[in-house]
Amino acid sequence: MKWALVFLIAAATTVSDVLQAAAMKRHGEIDDFRPGAIGRLAALLVRNKMIVASVVAMAVSFFAFIALLSLADLSFAVPATAGSYIFETVLAKYLLKEPVTWGRWAGASLVACGVALLAR
Amino acid sequence: MHLKTFFFTVIVILTSVSGNFSLSWGMHQVGSLASVAPTAYVRAVLNPWVMLGISLLVLWLFSHMTLLSWADLSYVLPVTSVGYALSALAGKLFLHEAISPARWTGILLIVSGVALVARSAPRKAVEQGAAS
Repeated sequence: MKWALVFLIAAATTVSDVLQAAAMKRHGEIDDFRPGAIGRLAALLVRNKMIVASVVAMAVSFFAFIALLSLADLSFAVPATAGSYIFETVLAKYLLKEPVTWGRWAGASLVACGVALLAR
Repeated sequence: MHLKTFFFTVIVILTSVSGNFSLSWGMHQVGSLASVAPTAYVRAVLNPWVMLGISLLVLWLFSHMTLLSWADLSYVLPVTSVGYALSALAGKLFLHEAISPARWTGILLIVSGVALVARSAPRKAVEQGAAS
């Protein structure tokens, strides 16, 4: 049960992050932080299908995460999802066409190993 | 690191760490949730700590989306992970949790990974114009 939830969290988080990144790349840089501009931006984003799908995936990940937290400690729950770093970096390169340099590969790998070690 | 990138990275990290801590604390009060019954989840969501956790994660969502509007996912993901190392250090400082040698190694690896990625530009595509 624990590991089924870990897989569900990793998969849903990956889908959510990739959709969010794709939507925000299309939207362009946010540089107006006045209250009116933030309100207009929020109204625009809630109608964006990719953002809505990303929030649905995040909700799946959230409910799986709180179910996991009711069965296991935070020190197991968080590191168990470390593998998603590598998976998301692969998708960032091939799906989002990001230029993932050797530095970013090395950084994501170090972080994934580090997060996995935090459980010990 | 650019000031705007630094500012939103800090907000993403703080809301994520405090949101997860709050959720964890609340779920320990709620008890086991290995159920598909919607009422169990409604009861969990009505716990004040879980509510606070959800509010912090909504803030996380907005700051994360803002950061992703100019920074690559392959940049944001490792850089914001420094929160995991901070959680472990906060556990030692405030909750007096023991940090094993393996955990210290984990913290060191995360910090090295973050340092490696943070040196690069947040969005390579715009500045270099080509994929590597």
